[in-house]
Formats: sequence, C-alpha cells, structure tokens
Amino acid sequence: MSVFEVKDVSLRFGGVQAVGNVSFTVEQGEVFAIIGPNGAGKTSMLNVITRVFDPSAGSVVFEGQDITRLPRHKIVHSGIARTFQNIELFEGGTVLDNLLLGRHRFDHGSFLAQWLWTPGVRRAEAASRAHVEDVIDLLDLMPYRNSPVAGLPYGVRKVVELARALSTQPRLLLLDEPASGLNPEETRELAFWIDDIQKDLGITVIMVEHDMSLVSEAADRVLCMNMGQVLALGSPAQVQGDPAVIAAYLGG
Amino acid sequence: MRFHYDTSYHDGQTLLRYPVGRIAYAALLLALLVVPWVLPKYYVGEMSYVFIMCIASLGLMTLVGYTGQVSLGHSAFIAIGAYTETWMLSQGVPFGPSLLIAACLSGVIGLVIGLPAIRVSGLYLAMVTLAFAILTEHTIGHWKGVTGGFNGLSVGNPVLAGFDLGGLKPFYYLCLGVLVLVLAGLLNLMRSKTGRAFMGVRDSEAAAYSLGIWVAGYKVLAFVISAMVTGLAGALLAHHVRFLTPEGFGLILSLELVLMVTIGGLGSLRGAILGAVLISMLPTFISRIKPMLPEHISKQFGLEIFVFGLVLALFVLFEPKGLNGRWIKFRTFLQTFPLYRKDMFKRGKSYMKSERYK
Repeated sequence: MSVFEVKDVSLRFGGVQAVGNVSFTVEQGEVFAIIGPNGAGKTSMLNVITRVFDPSAGSVVFEGQDITRLPRHKIVHSGIARTFQNIELFEGGTVLDNLLLGRHRFDHGSFLAQWLWTPGVRRAEAASRAHVEDVIDLLDLMPYRNSPVAGLPYGVRKVVELARALSTQPRLLLLDEPASGLNPEETRELAFWIDDIQKDLGITVIMVEHDMSLVSEAADRVLCMNMGQVLALGSPAQVQGDPAVIAAYLGG
Repeated sequence: MRFHYDTSYHDGQTLLRYPVGRIAYAALLLALLVVPWVLPKYYVGEMSYVFIMCIASLGLMTLVGYTGQVSLGHSAFIAIGAYTETWMLSQGVPFGPSLLIAACLSGVIGLVIGLPAIRVSGLYLAMVTLAFAILTEHTIGHWKGVTGGFNGLSVGNPVLAGFDLGGLKPFYYLCLGVLVLVLAGLLNLMRSKTGRAFMGVRDSEAAAYSLGIWVAGYKVLAFVISAMVTGLAGALLAHHVRFLTPEGFGLILSLELVLMVTIGGLGSLRGAILGAVLISMLPTFISRIKPMLPEHISKQFGLEIFVFGLVLALFVLFEPKGLNGRWIKFRTFLQTFPLYRKDMFKRGKSYMKSERYK
C-alpha cells in the first residue's frame, strides 16, 4: 500500500489542459522526482496536491486520507509541507521568525492566553524554539538565525525555505525546483540534505527539478511529464535513456 | 558594544532583556506619572489627547502595519466607540462596562465590515473603508434619536464607583492606564502565534496557506482587534471632547491616523506610538509657532494640512521606515559605538516575487 497516491488527476484552465489523467504512487521514505520541459505541468501537479488549484477530475490520497477537497490551509495538518519555485519567504521577519511561522500548526495557547502571555504560552513558544533550533542545526543556518531574510543571499534564502517546511514536522515534503538558482556546490549540499531528510527524519520527498545531476544523485524514482501527460516513470537511468524523454527534451 | 546571545529558548521573545532598557522604560513611566503635577493644566489635557490617539494608532497599526490591509475608515470606528459610550452612559450603564461595550460593538462592526472587505486588497480595500467612513459620518448626522444629529450630543461624566474620572488629572491617569494595558496586550499578541500569523498573511499569502494559516480568518481577526482598540480610543475621546458632533469624526481624522502609522513606521508598535505623539502634537506646535511667522503665512487657510502633507512627504522620501526606523538606527549607533557604519541598514537586493495566487 503506497503512502501517497495520485489517481487520474486532470487540471484544466478553460481550454488549456495543464495536467491530463496523471496517476502515480509514492512509497514511504522514497525520494520521487518529477521532471519535464517547461510548461509540462509539474508545478501545476504540486499545486493540485497542496490545494492551490482544484483538480477538474481525479483524487489525491495521502496515508489513506482523501485530501482532494481539503481546505488549502488544512493540508499542512495532514503532514504535507512544501517549498516554492520562486521563494515565498516572509520578508518582514528574521530567519527565526520565518521558521517559527513554520510551527503555526502546533498549539501555542488560546487567543486569550496569548494576549496575557501566560506561562503556558511561554512554554509552548520555548518548545517551538527548541524544535526550530534542531532544524537550524540540521541545515547549518546558525550564522543567519537573527538576520532579516530580505537581505540574505539567494542560496541561503532557498535553504531557509526548506528549513521552514521542515519546521512543520512533515511526513511528506514537496520541493518545487529546490536547486534552481543554486551553484553546483550548493546543489551538492542540497543533495546531502535531501538524503538526510529521507534517511534520518524518514520523510518522503517529492521534488520537481530540472537539474539532472541532483535528480540522479538524490531521487529513487523519476516521473517525466510533457504537455500535462506522463511520459515515462522509472529509475533515473531508465528515464534518462527513454527515447520519448529524449525526444521531448531535444524536440526530436 | 553589545552582542546579542540567546542563552535560553525564552530569550528571543523577552521584551526588555537588558537592564538599560528596563531602567529607561521605568524612568519614562515614572516621568509620565509625575507629569500632571508638574506641567500646566493645558498640557495635561493635551497629553490625555495624545494618549488617546496613541491607542487609536495602535489599533490601526494592527491592521495596516501587521496584516498589510490599508484602512481609510478608522475615523468611523472612533465615532462608533464615542457615540456608543455616550449613549450607554445616557442610558444609565455604569462607566467601566460602557467602555467595554463600546469597544465590543466597534469590534462587531469591524467584523461586519471585515468579512466583505477582505475579498479586496490594496487600493480597493482603501476605497471600501473610505466609503464606510463616509457612510458612518452621514448615518450619525441623520440618526437624530440616538446621536443628536448635527446639533451634537453632550457626554456624561465618567463616574466609576462614585469617583468622577472626568477631572483633568484622573482622566490623564485613566488614559495612561488604558494605553499601557492595550500596549501590553498587543505586545504579547504580536510576539506569539497570532502576531506571527498576521505577519505571514502580510508578506506571503501563498506561503501562509502552505503553513496552515487560515488567511481569511486572520485578516478578519485583525479587522476585529483593530476596530475594538480603535473603538476603545473613541470612547475615551468622547470624554476628552465632552461634546460630540459628526464633523469631529470626518475623513481628516482617518487621514491623521494613517499618517500616524506611516510616519511612525509600519509594522511596529513603537512606531504607532511615536507617530501618534508627533502627529497629535503637531497642531499644538503649529499654533505655538504661528505668532512667530510672517502674517501672510500665519493667516493662510489650511496651514496645518500643509504641514501634515509636508511631514509625510519628507518621511516617505528620506525615511520610509518612519520614526521607528530612525530610532533603531540611533539605538544601533549607540550599541555598536564606535563601529557604526552608515550603510549598516542598506538592504541587499530583494528578489523578485511571482507565483502570487489569490
């Protein structure tokens, strides 16, 4: 029984079919990559999973629960966290503020208790801070803890976004082009972190990625999409050698 | 030189971590407690007014500074607070509960306005709230049975447990006390989950959703809190002016409030206070220096509005972070002396954002 399942999902915007009848399953603890040329429907697929878009047909099931019609802000409560292709950080805050916001789904005391800053609220805040510090340790963000995110270099901002997603303590992590804009060194570091996330934290990862070096290094299985359709599915080597995939990329 | 080191998980959220800060704020509070016994009567009354405007400014800051929703209609919440308070007193409701009822009614109306208003943002939201302010002003003008219409309405004395708080000194302490309570509450709120969620809603709705923040809910919540606090300020204002007319709650008041939060520095409670102090003292200041100006300037109609506009323009041009930003720079200068560099606060390039979903 797969932990995550997409069944016959279609997404239409008027006459445009962004995703057409896509099905795939992801196993517990797997790193699953989605690749494809621009406009293939990869990010649309992630947006269907995180409920940004309503699919026109099909269903998405995570841990046996149908999340196809869940409200958008409830997705994280079922254990799914995501990052964004174009970084979506809270620019007004520090790295710490951003990571603490990742803890939003956990109890931090009632509204009235927060208003009064009761000992219970203080304890909950300290517990959140402790969790956030673990993530900071994991991703080596110590030097930036109190820096405003608006001034940080691009590569660090990407890591902060990953850290914020991890702060929600997810069981499934969706990464939307985690390596875009990173230099080869940073990409390699990212591959190690994805490995850590999968092996040490036991989190299942689905990532949309263009960088084949990262995909072949980190991914267990790869799904190639083109024009909203599934083109190929298999191990990185299999997919890279698939004639249909080569044709889609090179325009054969 | 001072270095920030967190040595416990509580440190990041402690309000006054260092003895210097604690001593400074204690001294400020002490000075404010002594003021009525030292300053001339006129200034004591003015200070009460400044405190009331600080409360209103804090209310608006919750909405504009923390959730990024612009409101040009906060004069309406002040009016609702003021008229509710006056009407409650005239119906025999005792003073303390009347304040609470005024704040709550204002909050309920904030909820009613907030529910449809959160569907729009930016300039459109400003227009919706502007329309609400105009409607409220006219409703007050024509609802003679309750508000006295354009003839006005005199305000009953605030008597609490047989003690008249309407006198100059007691009223000063009342306003100061309410301000401190509101400020403490908002400080607590802004450093806990709710305040963070407000910031999340302001900076990125897409990310806020993905972290489980119910964006619409928090936007409405900000509207309600903002309306309640502003309504409370309105209720106090009623006792300050002692006679209510609809003209007193016009658009100029809304604009003044927006000026306070903008000049103070968006996204900071300290900014709300600093802005309110500056803007609500400006008219007094202008009337003080008027005699010193050449006659053809001092007799000009609209001198105050001109100065307001000038101050706003100068701040937007030279210190977009407002008085709070200026203060933080000054504080950093002191803390890092002699290592302060002029470009310490120059921001690096902010990266382009797209992928904005509604």
